[in-house]
Amino acid sequence: MGRYLTTLRVFWIASLTAELEYQANFLIELVATAGNLVGSIFVLSLFYGRGQSLGGWSWEGALVVLGIYTLLEGITSTLLQPNLSTIVAHVRTGSLDFVLLKPIDSQFWLSARTFSPWGLPGIALGAGLIGYAAWKAGATPTPLTLLGAALMLVASLMILYSLWFVLAASSIWFVKIWNATEVLRSVLVAGRFPVSAFPAGLRAFFTFIVPVAFLTTVPAEAILGRASGPWLLAGGAVAIASVVLSRWFWTFALRFYTSASS
Amino acid sequence: MSRPLRQRLAHARRIATVLLSSQYAYMLEYRAEIVLWALSGVLPFIMLGLWSAVDAAGGLGMDSLQLARYFLSAFVVRQFTIVWVMYTFEEDNLNGRLSPYLLQPLPLVWRYVAAHLSEQATRLPFVAMLVGLFFLLYPAAFWWPSISSLLLAVLATLAAFALRFLMQFTLTMVCFWSEKATALERLLYLPYLYLSGLVAPLALYPESVRTFAFWTPFPYMVDVPARILAGESVPVLQSFAAMAAWAALLLPINLLLWRRGLRHYSAMGA
Repeated sequence: MGRYLTTLRVFWIASLTAELEYQANFLIELVATAGNLVGSIFVLSLFYGRGQSLGGWSWEGALVVLGIYTLLEGITSTLLQPNLSTIVAHVRTGSLDFVLLKPIDSQFWLSARTFSPWGLPGIALGAGLIGYAAWKAGATPTPLTLLGAALMLVASLMILYSLWFVLAASSIWFVKIWNATEVLRSVLVAGRFPVSAFPAGLRAFFTFIVPVAFLTTVPAEAILGRASGPWLLAGGAVAIASVVLSRWFWTFALRFYTSASS
Repeated sequence: MSRPLRQRLAHARRIATVLLSSQYAYMLEYRAEIVLWALSGVLPFIMLGLWSAVDAAGGLGMDSLQLARYFLSAFVVRQFTIVWVMYTFEEDNLNGRLSPYLLQPLPLVWRYVAAHLSEQATRLPFVAMLVGLFFLLYPAAFWWPSISSLLLAVLATLAAFALRFLMQFTLTMVCFWSEKATALERLLYLPYLYLSGLVAPLALYPESVRTFAFWTPFPYMVDVPARILAGESVPVLQSFAAMAAWAALLLPINLLLWRRGLRHYSAMGA
């Protein structure tokens, strides 16, 4: 474990140094993230402005959901996207051979090799919005609520990671799978809104097929202190199952990896 | 002055045929990817889900059929107005492919226009399938636009594509000076996303925001063509005039930046 932490620190410092070459990007990223957040709040206000609510959620509650979505987007562009987007190139050029030969777990190396600071504005803005909206909604930070919220956020991250990893790992068979993650991204946009705001069919889709509900709605309920036991249990179960699945899928996919030239 | 007009037209037609057919063959090779790109345009359907749930509560001023038709039309319009010239241009520039292209006796822009049109032709059957699937799931929303509104919608979509292409190609010129110009496209995409009508018909916007939006070029890129296709009443002449005005504003800037950029260009890796 200690070895992994040291490696992680070396990896991230190295990639941070490289990325800081392009400092103007930070400003653009900040403006883009803030602009996107303002736009999303405007869209929410279109619903709430006419005195209606989204699936029975209060305005502040919906803002918590949006905050979690922004936070997840930030983490996606900090860790998931920069790392997992390279799997396809490794498969195509055959440099996955070298990754597999390293004396470190290959899934860990592929998932944590680089760190891109450009998602940090999203993480900061998302966390800020969650805190502000939860306070406005009158959420009481009892230890039990905090524990539930933290657990559900971790579960949501585990699910998001597994979705991305399984799609990116399918490039072992389909080299041109990369835009599949664009499709995933565009479907996850639904996570900006509480899942109960959708009609029944879509709600089932976003709960059981693409578990968007567990990404933003369930953690938001935990933060607002009104999560029910069954949902918390389901969130935890889905998270553990999806990480185990991603692990199994990787070992399974590697059996089919035959390097680039063969 | 050197050649009669008829000969020059024939020449242009031959070049256009060759460009389009070769680009179409190229795009067909990548059809699996193009299908995935088409699928990643599901945003209007997600928004339709949200708005129709609100509509069930009443008081929207648009009934559920109108909403379904609007968002389906917005999806179709979006599919045929997607522009990615900036990304290709940046890649061509960074990989040094730009220099041989510039040596050809053909303005570079036509190569990209042909690529976009061929990509849309490759999308067409798949988009038709998705529209069919939509009506299968939601047969009540089926409508058949009149010939005149269909023609007008095709024209408006083409004009929207041309305007969006011109806008992004103008921004693309920054590539001559910067290596990471595509980051700017993220900024241009924001007003497009929220003002074009992809997330909601502009009719549902508050009056002040709607008035402001129509002073920008963005509503003409999705909302106006989509409403024409959905058979709603649209001030057609006024809309086309506005698109022409925006194009007339952007074109000189584009040409000026192109000339300046070429003078600045020094070939990557040279």
